[in-house]
Amino acid sequence: MLYAILCYHDEDFVGSWTREHDANVMSKLMIVQDKLKKEGRLGPVARLLPTTAATTLRKDDPPLVLDGPYAETKEQLLGFYIIDCENLDAAVDVARDLGAANPGGAYEIRPVGFYEPGARAK
Amino acid sequence: MTDATWIDAALTSARPQAVGALLRYFRDLDTAEEAFQNACLRALKSWPQNGPPRDPAAWLIMVGRNAAIDEVRRSHKQEALPDDASAISDLDDAEEELAERLDGSHYRDDILRLLFICCHPELPATQQIALALRIVSGLSVKQIARAFLVSEPAMEQRITRAKAKVANAGVAFETPGAIERNERLAAVAAMVYLIFNEGYSASGETSEIRKPLCEEAIRLARLLLRLFQSEPEIMGLTALLLLQHSRAAARFDANGELVLLEDQDRSLWNEKLIAEGQALIDKAMRHRRSGPYQVQAAIAALHSHAKKPEDTDWAQIDLLYGTLEVMQPSPVITLNRAVAVSKVRGPEAALQMIEPLGERLSNYFHYFGVRGAFLMQLNRNEEARVAFDRAIALANTSTEAAHIRMHLDRLIRDSQPHREK
Repeated sequence: MLYAILCYHDEDFVGSWTREHDANVMSKLMIVQDKLKKEGRLGPVARLLPTTAATTLRKDDPPLVLDGPYAETKEQLLGFYIIDCENLDAAVDVARDLGAANPGGAYEIRPVGFYEPGARAK
Repeated sequence: MTDATWIDAALTSARPQAVGALLRYFRDLDTAEEAFQNACLRALKSWPQNGPPRDPAAWLIMVGRNAAIDEVRRSHKQEALPDDASAISDLDDAEEELAERLDGSHYRDDILRLLFICCHPELPATQQIALALRIVSGLSVKQIARAFLVSEPAMEQRITRAKAKVANAGVAFETPGAIERNERLAAVAAMVYLIFNEGYSASGETSEIRKPLCEEAIRLARLLLRLFQSEPEIMGLTALLLLQHSRAAARFDANGELVLLEDQDRSLWNEKLIAEGQALIDKAMRHRRSGPYQVQAAIAALHSHAKKPEDTDWAQIDLLYGTLEVMQPSPVITLNRAVAVSKVRGPEAALQMIEPLGERLSNYFHYFGVRGAFLMQLNRNEEARVAFDRAIALANTSTEAAHIRMHLDRLIRDSQPHREK
């Protein structure tokens, strides 16, 4: 079974870390990740930019693009995509296509700050 | 995380909302601050035992308000009131109710108002900044005095005076209309930029001490952006601060001397901040409502994207400065544009461009520094030397002077033909 581990924390608090402290935390996490990677058990790892950098596409008809993160609490996180795009406009276009295929709910589009593709054995 | 760390972080991040709401309630800054202080003291007692409340700001507002009301009652009746413990035990239900009400649009205007009262037009810029750091950010007078390089009593006095002026100013407490709100937001954005510049313009020796000013400005810009999520200029402002701050580690050498953009070790630039700045510019551009912060951020981003100085897209930077000149005509912007022009069309064209600015910028250090550099590129060394001498005389910090001296040394070196390069 594949498991997704979703990371939650106070972004103001994490954002106030010094560069050294941040690097220190990352290197400690790397030790855990490297072990999984060697065992071929690590999938993609991403660290997202702050919610202020987020854009939300509400999959209404017609779809509505809003600035900021997805703030409602009545829906639940059901999945995610990692896509490579030239810029935000291109990412919004992809989200629109996905939304047309599966209307209802919303997509939150967040730039990825750190990305590790992982190495999962088949 | 220890108790002290998370409580401290929670109090800091709840502060603008809590003090803003208490100010709306009491309509007096000192009372609001005192109420918040009281609430913090109770939080320090209650939170380690009971864990953090679901909504720390709502908790602090509720407790702060009750404490202040108790205070008034106590001074009126002079009689003992039930102890704190019982007052707090009733809080859970009340908190829920209050949190509901706070969820609306009120708190956005509360925070904006709190920042806005610091922007009183009669207050000089330094006092606006000091007041905002004290009231909104909650920095201690000692911390602020240190960042401004003045004594603690002097800063205390400055803040007290600023508060007195603000108290008499009569800020509207009604929910502002759209136009009023936009005006407030623009004034507040300008003040946040001032806070950043206060930290950014530090000399080498003081840059470490003043760095918190830059970080605090970024924190406030992010706060504004979270409150006003669809304002492209607030995205632009935040992006601009992030992009400029991304170079902090490369701006001074080991001796504390200023390192110019083209000479900086670009591997020291903070990629994370650059990525975030670019993401915000992308968001802002989708609104097709350009403004000075967005344009300046776009210029900063073009520098950030150049892996080597010679990769810089100067033609685009020239165009963006042209846009900025139209938005905010200013000799300083023309001067900056001239630097881009010198790269695209050569120093002769750039020199012609800044020639008419001489009178208005006759006391501006950078004017003579830039002029000297253009003249030097044209091998008009004697004139360059005169310009550099003038720049040194006008330099605000020893770092600026040292930087110009470096140019002078280069001139002297290059004027000795037999010396090897």
